[in-house]
Amino acid sequence: MKKTGRVLTILIFIFLYIPMAVLIVGSFNEGKSLARFDGFTFEQYAELFRDQELLQLLANSLIISILASSIATAFGTVASLGIQNLGPRMRRTVMRLTDIPMTNPEIVTGISLSLLFVFVGTKLLGQRNSLTFWTLLIAHITFNLPYVILNVMPKLSQMDSSLTDAAMDLGCTPLQAFFKVTLPEILPGVAAGFIMAFTMSLDDFVISYFVTGMDFVTLPVEIYNYTKKPIPPKIYAMFTLLFLLILALMIAMNLLQLRSDRKKQLTAEQGGAR
Amino acid sequence: MSKELIRLRDLTMEFDGERVLDGINLYINDHEFLTLLGPSGCGKTTTLRIIGGFLTPTSGTVTFDGQRINDVPPYQRQINTVFQRYALFPHMNVFDNIAFGLRVAKVPKEEVNQRVNQMLETVSLKGYGHRSISALSGGQQQRVAIARALINRPKVLLLDEPLGALDLRLRKDMQNELKRIQQAMGITFIYVTHDQEEALSMSDTVVVMDKGRIQQIGRPEDIYNEPKNAFVADFIGESNILDGVMLSDYKVRFFGRTFDCVDKGFAPNESVDVVIRPEDIDIVPPDGGHLVGEVTGITFKGLNYDIIVDFKGFKWLIQTTDYHGVGESIGIRLNPEDIHIMHKSEYSGMFGDYSSYSAEYDELAEGADDEAE
Repeated sequence: MKKTGRVLTILIFIFLYIPMAVLIVGSFNEGKSLARFDGFTFEQYAELFRDQELLQLLANSLIISILASSIATAFGTVASLGIQNLGPRMRRTVMRLTDIPMTNPEIVTGISLSLLFVFVGTKLLGQRNSLTFWTLLIAHITFNLPYVILNVMPKLSQMDSSLTDAAMDLGCTPLQAFFKVTLPEILPGVAAGFIMAFTMSLDDFVISYFVTGMDFVTLPVEIYNYTKKPIPPKIYAMFTLLFLLILALMIAMNLLQLRSDRKKQLTAEQGGAR
Repeated sequence: MSKELIRLRDLTMEFDGERVLDGINLYINDHEFLTLLGPSGCGKTTTLRIIGGFLTPTSGTVTFDGQRINDVPPYQRQINTVFQRYALFPHMNVFDNIAFGLRVAKVPKEEVNQRVNQMLETVSLKGYGHRSISALSGGQQQRVAIARALINRPKVLLLDEPLGALDLRLRKDMQNELKRIQQAMGITFIYVTHDQEEALSMSDTVVVMDKGRIQQIGRPEDIYNEPKNAFVADFIGESNILDGVMLSDYKVRFFGRTFDCVDKGFAPNESVDVVIRPEDIDIVPPDGGHLVGEVTGITFKGLNYDIIVDFKGFKWLIQTTDYHGVGESIGIRLNPEDIHIMHKSEYSGMFGDYSSYSAEYDELAEGADDEAE
């Protein structure tokens, strides 16, 4: 039984990571086909960095995901503070409501946002071209918010609420108390929320596809167009880099979590040993 | 006596329509050590939080030095608090925790250093400045919390069950330490506890609370010797509480006998509660006693034995240094000054009967364990 379990685990890892492995190997391939390895080269990476158009798309994607996740992190943290101050029943209701958009099919979110933007843009503001960089940004902030709240709320409820009282007791205004005491306490949650929002934003295709205009296209949307013809291998190189970036972020997030857990455990042990 | 510093007038507090404070009237003098004492849920912590500015009373006024401060936020009050579980900032070390208030007030750096180091010395934590909070024992964390609250030189220090989390030995040490600090710095202390011994040994004034109301205010000796009602008598130490009738001044009748007492000013034939403290009762041979009863239980307490004695079906607790075995018949004598008379109150008949002695002890222990208000 134990052996079967181990075999299954290995199989699962193979299924999960084989596609990435193929892609990474492909990015170092001299030939154009993924089916045959013709020799090792960095040529695809050089090619990638010579392609101004692709780099522009990558920059677009980074701009939108950094902006959207930063704004969502700020809004989401403030919203979490508000939710935390609600009564227990309201809090549960609001939390459930903020969870729903995460499970909602992306295509539904994408189309409904698109309809909203077009309606507001053409009917209310009288614009001809209503889908722009700004609608894309608003859409990204919208679908990022629940992930920030999801990560910040647990940290807030773990925090001893008398810490804020103590800060105010010692002369802090509520705003000072937030920056000097509350924020440092919930920072791991805020950082995790930001990283999660960033990765969601960076690889979002479905929602972006429906809400972006012609003036500002992100990488995933454009790559969708590429897939109609054979994919040039430099794309593999870019995917590999993106994969490594996300991997690095995930590792950072886990390390953060681990560190705060260890600190908590230490505190608990100290408390118990006194 | 020094001048009045804080006054609470007709204070009431409601949470979701539930009344947790009901007409609190209290004044606190400068340099006083005042203790709010009561069981969990009696409103003592709520009262403290109103004085600290963390809660706004539903009605009534809070004045500080003659000024109404109902709506003054905590950060503008000359009051600091030692919180129940210390509420030290975990991301800062000991020095930064203590320096917090001074830095918020933008005190120059050299002065911060000097004052924090001096404060570390005051609370016997010299050389601990760089330690992280999680590396401290409970007693040390307690001292940091006190130092952090005192560094702003408040006029009043509020302490919310500050010793509740410490073990007995450490608690005794800290009681002396707190009293020493209070006297050395000349600060008004308002102290919340459910531990009657702590209240009696530390305070200038004890305020006994229950059900959101003040039951009695007085010096520790007065509270102990002249409890106002059955609740106070029972909460402050052990008491046998009996039904009696005040025949006239200095004459009370209970258990079918008339006793001399030192109380007066009751209506003729008023029914009253009679309090007899277990340590005041003299045990004599059966034939020489005012009352004769049979021992039904005995517990060794170290300093003395607690014995339960059955008098005509009503069980008394008596503390004695001599051993009296179960089944032994003993007599007791009561001197006039051992008998305390109280007016009847809503608490009459609820306390002071030791028929279910052990069960009551469990209840006391339970009440002492958690104080979550």
